[in-house]
Amino acid sequence: MNQERKIRVLIAKPGLDSHDRGAKIVARALRDAGMEVIYTGLRQTPEQIVETALQEDVDVIGLSILSGAHTTLFPRIMELIKEKGLNDVLVFAGGIIPEEDVPEMKKIGIKEIFGPGTPTETLVKYVKENVKKKI
Amino acid sequence: MSYEELARMVLKGDRRSIARAITLIENNHPKTQQMMSQLYRHGGNAHIIGVTGPGGCGKSTLVGKLVKEFRHKNKTVGVIAVDPSSPFTGGAFLGDRIRMQELSADEGVFIRSMATRNNLGGLARATKDAVCVLDASGKDVIIVETVGAGQSEVDIIKVAHTILVVLAPGLGDEIQAIKAGIMEIGDIFVVNKADRENADRAVIDIRTMLEMNSGKQEWKPVVVKTIAIEGKGVSQLVEKIEEHRKYLEKGAFASKRREQVETEFFEVLRQKIEESFLNDLKKKREFDKILEKILAREVDPYTAAENVIAKKLKNNKD
Ligand SMILES: Nc1nc2c(ncn2[C@@H]2O[C@H](COP(=O)(O)OP(=O)(O)O)[C@@H](O)[C@H]2O)c(=O)[nH]1
Ligand SMILES: [Mg+2]
Repeated sequence: MNQERKIRVLIAKPGLDSHDRGAKIVARALRDAGMEVIYTGLRQTPEQIVETALQEDVDVIGLSILSGAHTTLFPRIMELIKEKGLNDVLVFAGGIIPEEDVPEMKKIGIKEIFGPGTPTETLVKYVKENVKKKI
Repeated sequence: MSYEELARMVLKGDRRSIARAITLIENNHPKTQQMMSQLYRHGGNAHIIGVTGPGGCGKSTLVGKLVKEFRHKNKTVGVIAVDPSSPFTGGAFLGDRIRMQELSADEGVFIRSMATRNNLGGLARATKDAVCVLDASGKDVIIVETVGAGQSEVDIIKVAHTILVVLAPGLGDEIQAIKAGIMEIGDIFVVNKADRENADRAVIDIRTMLEMNSGKQEWKPVVVKTIAIEGKGVSQLVEKIEEHRKYLEKGAFASKRREQVETEFFEVLRQKIEESFLNDLKKKREFDKILEKILAREVDPYTAAENVIAKKLKNNKD
């Protein structure tokens, strides 16, 4: 039998956003690019997101947020990721994140931020080129 | 981390190591077998529950509620939720956790989503190994969810001690279920979405069907109504599950286990024998020579196969 690796991605929605169209479009695009995408629905706490990433042993976490709560939620998520030792997981974010917040988000370890309307091909390419395959 | 270290951490119940171990299994990593041989002897304690039925009937919602009920009883729970990979892209959308998210911060619960990876034969094997990892890690109850869609799904769910077949009223599920051969394997039948019309009708239909099938088996399959979204009927369902477990413990358990182990051992043995002979043949390029002889009708396939076996056995002795 052959060894078979797959990129596993968690698409998570922290905060109180009331819809997840964007997140689902991203999830579908990554799936169509051959990845295994775990989707967990709306209103996830940082603890739930990081614990899910751990149990599912994902290579990538995509955070989607519209509500503006990123300045509190993202640092907490990154803190938990470090606490649980998920150091080689690639974290990117999408949704509505003001330009002036981007440097801070990158400083805490979010590798890339995609604004609304980013073509899904860009995202797929980014993930494929930046993921660290663990095994 | 070495596989021995990984196995040791799994036995301690370390969550990250459990997750890692399942990834090794899914990827069919060369070290999987050695890791599993360390874990295997520590398994065998969990009650394994299979949950199958058509897509959309409420399996994941129900599994979430079952886990909560078992947690109330202070049992630790592992869940493996299997979903299909796309045959075209190999990707998968794994959404079962949406219905179980309130559980993900509970340390007594471990949930893992697995994609079929278009390898249904291998998947039964991988699911068994993943169950074994959770078992060795000390989980009291392990629930395996899979879409009941055909023979291979039936193979997957056969790892379970107690099998729940979930249906919902009014979808013509019953007929689907018979086609997929899942009526025969159910120990407990669940009519979920009992808030909908025709739930009682579905219960009667299933009972009738079961009576027609009922042979001399000691356990008579039961039918339970649930409304998973509201958690209704779930504690009754857990009672039935425990009744089935008690029934198994009275004796049927031993024979069921024996049957499962026999099937498993033969599967693995067959695979190993095949690999060992074929690898040899291909390495030495003898394969082509033999095929040519058969093509030229110098030898028949049966004699050729016996010759290959005799030769290998002789070589092994020397
Ligand atoms: N009306 C009703 N809907 C339900 C019930 N249980 C689950 N659902 C809904 O059925 C849909 C599919 O549920 P899910 O658990 O994902 O089904 P699965 O595909 O079998 O795992 C979801 O929208 C659920 O909210 C129920 O008891 N009654
Ligand atoms: Mg499901």
